Amino acid sequence: MFYREAGQFKTSYQKDQALFPIIQDRWFIALVLVVAFVVIPYFANEYWFQAVLIPLYIYAIAAIGLNLLTGYAGQVSLGTGAFMAIGAYATYKMCTAFPDLNILLIFVMSGVFSAGVGIVFGIPSLRIKGFYLAVATLAAQFFILWLFNKVGWFFNDNPSGTISAPPRELFGIMITGPNAHAMTRYYVCLMFLSVMALAAKNIVRGHIGRSWMAIRDMDIAAEIIGIEPLKTKLMAFALSSFYCGVAGALFIFCWLGGGDTEAFGIFLSFQILFMIIIGGLGSIMGSIMGAAFITLLPIFLTNVPPMIGLPIATDLSKHIEEIIFGGLIVFFLIVEPHGLARLWQIAKEKLRQWPFPY
Amino acid sequence: MKMRNLLLSAAGFAAVVAGVMESKIAVADQFFPMLTYRTGAYAPNGIPVANGFRDYYDMLNKRDGGINGVKISWEECETKYDTKVGVECYEKMKKGATLFNPLSTGITYQLIPKASVDKIPILSMGYGQTAAADGRVFEWIFNFPTTYWSQASAFVKYVASEVGGMDKLNGVHLAHIYHNSAYSKEANPTLEALSEKYGFKLTLIAVDHPGQEQKAAWLQVRRARPDWIFMSGWGVMNQVAIKEAVTTGFPMDHFVGNWWSGSESDTVPAGDGAFGYKSSNLHGTGTDWPVIQDIIKYVYNGDMQAATENKVGDVLFNRGVVNAMFGTEAVRTAQGKYGNEVMSGEQVRWGLENLSITEAKLKGLGMEGFTKPFTVSCADHETGGPVIFQQWTGDGWKFVSDWITPIREVVRPMVEEAAAAYAKENKITPRSCN
Repeated sequence: MFYREAGQFKTSYQKDQALFPIIQDRWFIALVLVVAFVVIPYFANEYWFQAVLIPLYIYAIAAIGLNLLTGYAGQVSLGTGAFMAIGAYATYKMCTAFPDLNILLIFVMSGVFSAGVGIVFGIPSLRIKGFYLAVATLAAQFFILWLFNKVGWFFNDNPSGTISAPPRELFGIMITGPNAHAMTRYYVCLMFLSVMALAAKNIVRGHIGRSWMAIRDMDIAAEIIGIEPLKTKLMAFALSSFYCGVAGALFIFCWLGGGDTEAFGIFLSFQILFMIIIGGLGSIMGSIMGAAFITLLPIFLTNVPPMIGLPIATDLSKHIEEIIFGGLIVFFLIVEPHGLARLWQIAKEKLRQWPFPY
Repeated sequence: MKMRNLLLSAAGFAAVVAGVMESKIAVADQFFPMLTYRTGAYAPNGIPVANGFRDYYDMLNKRDGGINGVKISWEECETKYDTKVGVECYEKMKKGATLFNPLSTGITYQLIPKASVDKIPILSMGYGQTAAADGRVFEWIFNFPTTYWSQASAFVKYVASEVGGMDKLNGVHLAHIYHNSAYSKEANPTLEALSEKYGFKLTLIAVDHPGQEQKAAWLQVRRARPDWIFMSGWGVMNQVAIKEAVTTGFPMDHFVGNWWSGSESDTVPAGDGAFGYKSSNLHGTGTDWPVIQDIIKYVYNGDMQAATENKVGDVLFNRGVVNAMFGTEAVRTAQGKYGNEVMSGEQVRWGLENLSITEAKLKGLGMEGFTKPFTVSCADHETGGPVIFQQWTGDGWKFVSDWITPIREVVRPMVEEAAAAYAKENKITPRSCN
């Protein structure tokens, strides 16, 4: 009833190829953007910004990045944390070397650095596939973090080996550093997420995305119909690492404010992989939903016992939280192996037939 | 039907989410937020520390009715020793917080820039960023009574006393086995500087988080054959290292941990092999102190078994007690100026900066001889307090050295240099302390 495309005629190619061809979808996206840009900043307090929303957006960018590579191009990667680290360390180096450079530009440039390294570590993908490729990217994970930990130049020979976000401003507004207001950082992350999600959405439905999917579904067939594996796979690695690099830069500079390589450990790579598996491989919307699931659920579960007044010790509640969290992951994957994105799709189909589903 | 269930559960979820958030603590109490880790790889060490804090606060409430009549309240937030979770906990609990004890160098690093903005002081007792000892740059951060750098210099002095004097250090081979994170790297610059000054040979050996796998590190030890090993470990890394040292056949009395690598949870799992292992410390061990007896009396109603189960008297339990005491004494000092009521973060900062722990005060607290007196000042947030070395006897720790004063003439200039570099990078103008 509410979600029905009957009567929406597409009278031109342009309309037919629109990003969101159905009017309800357009309204929905507009609504989401209004909520994110206007409503949330109006109501949220610092805890919401700092502990919930900013990490959510950053993880969503990283998850989109990994989804481009794994979900669309079919190349499994366990090096996400390392590519994020490259973004963070590149930002730190550029920030301290050129203090007057526009900080947003630095974020984008750090993504470019990450893309460059991504291409290098993507080269093995031309020879090896599947789990073996995952192991090769695991090498990237360990090597890059080891490098950043070992070579003092990357953290300006700071005795503790950590990098921290120096205060930088843009148009008189603090963007990074301790005095940057949480709402400013929220907007920076949101802006990056919206632009990059939109770009990703466009990339995957264009010829690049289609060639990725062709490679993913059957690389020999793809090659026969004229898709170059070298170019396509490396392009996937580059773009994916670009997204991860920007996410890593925001991770340190707009969220944590500082950190060392430990923050980008193998666990982070797994976490982002889980996000796209739970959210749905090959779906931009799914990446965001998966990021929301993995980041918000633990916070939610931590806050439930004190909220309903249960006097549970913190350690016990943490253990219960982990049990429930693990259980829910299994539950969702059994109910819908294709992830939350698929659930969303089913919901839309049901809505189409509502109130008389069959 | 399925659709309705989905919508219903979504609506229910949203309603609960909306209700969540913000810790709710009555503001009438002096609120001490606690970042604890009772789960994860570092739990064996996190639990006694957290219990020490909790029991000291509880004891003060029950014995004295709080601090000068102001009740203490506290809330725990589980961090799993994870910096990201630590930041979330900080945001959740910072409202009305007296001060933060991050209990993790990684989390301390995250909180340092926030402290001056939120006007909440941070007491990283003997950990965190060593450069914070320069109070001119780090107005809100305190790391008294002493730091990793001072501790490393005290270790060198201890070795010197064992080999027969500072001039005998030349040619001695020291190794530093460290947890490859911000925390343990702290000691390296000091050890390097001292190695240059006194001519001892230094080998740095890193162990990656969490430290369960150390074969490679100990292979390096076997090859390098150091005379003394200094270890900066935490959590499961310590006991594994002690076991590895036994396997390697390294003499235990030449293996010295820092003050985070010398507690019962490190030595007991290693069994008899740990006999003779040494570590540095800042305070007394065991239950033979009036303050600990008061905790057993007031918190546990004299139930020794419950007390033992809660690790009362363990090195790290006593560390929690000392740390909690510094915080409550800072509040008491602030109350001396601002009146006996609940102190704000800014007032507690003043209290920390003017904190003077004297022998008389320690005696009043039931801690005579438990730790050493010191006086914090505007410029010096560390005080360079002395360090003592202890040895594991199989069922407890005994002191094997005097209180050793760190080599301040080497450490302090390094602190000031590091603080100046930090100030420059973060565009902080150091305040004047005259």
